[in-house]
Amino acid sequence: MTETPAVPVSVPVVPVPVVPDGVSQFEVFHVREGAFGAQGSGDTSGFGGLVELMHMPEPTLRPYGGWFDEVADELELSLTARGIDPSSAIEKVVVDSDEISFFIRRDLLVGVLSALRDEPGLRFEFSSGVSGVHYPNDLHREFHAVYHLLSITHNRRIRVEVTAPVGDPHIPSSVGVYPTNDWHERETFDLFGIVFDGHPVLTRILMPDDWPGHPQRKDYPLGGIPVEYKGATIPPPDQRRSYNS
Amino acid sequence: MTTEDVKYTSAPSQSNDAYAGVNDDSDGRIFNVGGGDWDSITVAPEGETERIVVNMGPQHPSTHGVLRLILEIEGETVTEARCGIGYLHTGIEKNMEYRSFVQGVTYATRMDYLAPFYNEAVYCLAIEKLLGVTEQIPERATTIRVIMMELNRISSHLVALATGGMELGALTAMTFGFRERELVLELFELITGLRMNNAYIRPGGVATDFPADGVQQIRDTIPLLRTRLKDTANLLIDNNIWMGRTSGIGYLDLTGCMALGISGPILRATGFPHDLRKSQPYCGYENYEFDVVTADTNDAYGRFLIRIGEMEQSLRIVEQALDRLQPGPVMIADKKIAWPSQLSVGSDGQGNSLEHIREIMSESMEALIHHFKLVTEGFRVPAGQVYTAIESPRGELGCHLVSSGGTRPYRVHFRDPSFTNLQSVAAMCEGGQIADVIAAVASIDPVMGGVDR
Repeated sequence: MTETPAVPVSVPVVPVPVVPDGVSQFEVFHVREGAFGAQGSGDTSGFGGLVELMHMPEPTLRPYGGWFDEVADELELSLTARGIDPSSAIEKVVVDSDEISFFIRRDLLVGVLSALRDEPGLRFEFSSGVSGVHYPNDLHREFHAVYHLLSITHNRRIRVEVTAPVGDPHIPSSVGVYPTNDWHERETFDLFGIVFDGHPVLTRILMPDDWPGHPQRKDYPLGGIPVEYKGATIPPPDQRRSYNS
Repeated sequence: MTTEDVKYTSAPSQSNDAYAGVNDDSDGRIFNVGGGDWDSITVAPEGETERIVVNMGPQHPSTHGVLRLILEIEGETVTEARCGIGYLHTGIEKNMEYRSFVQGVTYATRMDYLAPFYNEAVYCLAIEKLLGVTEQIPERATTIRVIMMELNRISSHLVALATGGMELGALTAMTFGFRERELVLELFELITGLRMNNAYIRPGGVATDFPADGVQQIRDTIPLLRTRLKDTANLLIDNNIWMGRTSGIGYLDLTGCMALGISGPILRATGFPHDLRKSQPYCGYENYEFDVVTADTNDAYGRFLIRIGEMEQSLRIVEQALDRLQPGPVMIADKKIAWPSQLSVGSDGQGNSLEHIREIMSESMEALIHHFKLVTEGFRVPAGQVYTAIESPRGELGCHLVSSGGTRPYRVHFRDPSFTNLQSVAAMCEGGQIADVIAAVASIDPVMGGVDR
C-alpha cells in the first residue's frame, strides 16, 4: 500500500473541529483537558492547562515487518486478480501491539473477505466473529465493525475493520463468506445498531425484541439508581465523580 | 390381539362423578390405556403431517441452563431447531467500560462461570499486551496461572460430564462428576479464598501467592483425582446405554465446524488437532509436554472421549507446572501497574495483608498516596486495540480490548466459545430425534453466562 485515501470515497469530507490537520484518519476518542478530571474548582495543580488529543495509533507505512508484508502483498495481488483496486479497497493499515489491522472500504468488504478466505497464500478460514466499537468523536466514521480472522493453515491472525457513519449505519453482511458471523452480526446490530445488509435474519439476540435503543453506544446511559447505605447516598457508576478517562 | 379384544367400558348414563361438569359426557367409546388399538390412534392419517412448535426452556432441567430451544417437530423428528438466548444478559461488557482495568476482572470472571480463570486470564493477557509488559510478568505468576487454568479445565469438563450425564439420565455420572469437581473447588478455595468468581488473575500477575501448603495440597489431590477420573471414565466409556445415546448423535464434520467457527472439543472431535496452547502458545505453554486429544467420530461420544482425555492431559500439565514453580514475586515489578498490596487469606476470608496496612497507615505517607492513587484511579493503558485468544475448555476464548489511553477500557468484547458453538445446534439436531437434541446440546456444553454475558 503506497497511498491511502483520506476518508472513504462515499463519505463527504467535512473538517473535523477538534482534530489537527493531517490526522483525520485517527479514531479520535476525545480531547483530554487538565490532569485529574476535577472541573470548576479552579486550577490549583498547575496541570489544568494540559490539552491532549486522545486517538488510536496512526497508520503504518511499509514495511510492516515479519509476515505482515507477505499478507499485505498477497491481499493486494488477490484483490487485483478479483478486479478490486487494492488502493481503494484498503483505506489504511495499522500495525500496533504486534497485530495488523486492515481498514477496508465498507462496500468492498465481502470481496475482500472472500479473498482473505479463499486465496491459498492467505487462507483465513476461521472467523472469530464481529465486534463493534462506537467512536462518537470519529466524525463520519462513528461505527467500527471489527473482524478477527485466524488462518490455521499459516498460523496467522489479522484484524479487518470497517467503518460506517452514524447517519448511515450500514455495512454489508459477511454471513455469506463466514456463516459463523451470523450471531455475531446480530449481536453487533443489537448492541450498536449497525445494520448488516444482506444478513438472513437481522434481529435482536441478547436484548428483548422490543427493547428501545442500542445499549453499547456511548450515548446510551449505563443506568442504575442511587444506593443509600448508612445515611450516605452513592450515585450510580456512570454519574459518580471520577477521574479523567 | 384384535380390536374385538378391546374392552370398552360401558358408561353409566348417570355419572357418579360428583366433580364432573354438566358437559362432561362420558357416552360413546372410551379407550382404555390397556387396550390394543393404540397403533391405530397414534398413526397419523396418510398424507397428513402434524407439525408442532415446542419451546424447550428457558426453564428446563435438560437445556443446560437458561437456553431456550425452539423446536419444530413432526412426531418425534425435529425438522427445525433454533436457539433463543439472552436470558442471562447482564451487560458485563457495558459495565466494564465504567470500571478501572483492575475492577474489570471481577466482571470478566462472572461470564463463563464454570471457567472463571480463563475469563480472567484472557482479559489480563489483553491488558498486558496493550501495556507492552507481557515479557515482564514474573515466571511464578505465569506458572500459577497455568496451574489454575488447567485445574479449572478439569472442573469445567467434570461439570460438562456431570450435567450431560444427568440430562441423559445417567445420575451416577452426575454425582461422580460433582464429587470430583469438589476436590478441585476445594483447591481453588484454599488458594484464592473463593470457589468460583475468583478474580484471582489480575493485570500484572495474580492476586496472592499460594498459601504455605498450597503446592502440597495440589500434589496430594492429583493421585486421588486421577483414580476418580478413571472411575468416571470407566463408568461411561464402554457403557452400552451411554454409547447408544451419544454415538452418531450431534454429528458435525470438519467442514461444518470451520464454516460455523466452532472450536474446542467439537472441532477436535473431527480429528483436527487445533489447540491454541500448541499453535499460538501463551503463558509459556510451549514449555509443557502434553498431547492434543482428538477423536474422529464427529459426534457427541467423541467429544465425551476428548473431555476425558483432556482432563488427564491437564493433570500432566499441572504436575509439570508444580515442578517448574520457583520462589519469586507473583506481581509485576513495575510499581505503576502492580496492585500495591498483596492479599492474604485469613480465617475471616480474603483481605489486605496486615503488613501492608501497617506500612501505609503508620510508616510511609508516600506509600499511602501511591496506594490511594492506584486503587481509586488505576493505571493508564496506552490507546490502541488488541485481540488475545486462549484455549478455554470450550474452545477459543477471545478478548478484543480497546483502550482510549485512560484508566478504563473504552470497549471490551469477549468472543465466548459457547456463543459461537451454540450456532451449531441447528446443524446437529435437524432431522434427528427430539431426545437426541438433549445429547447434542450437552455435547456442545454451552455455559449461558458466557453466551449472554
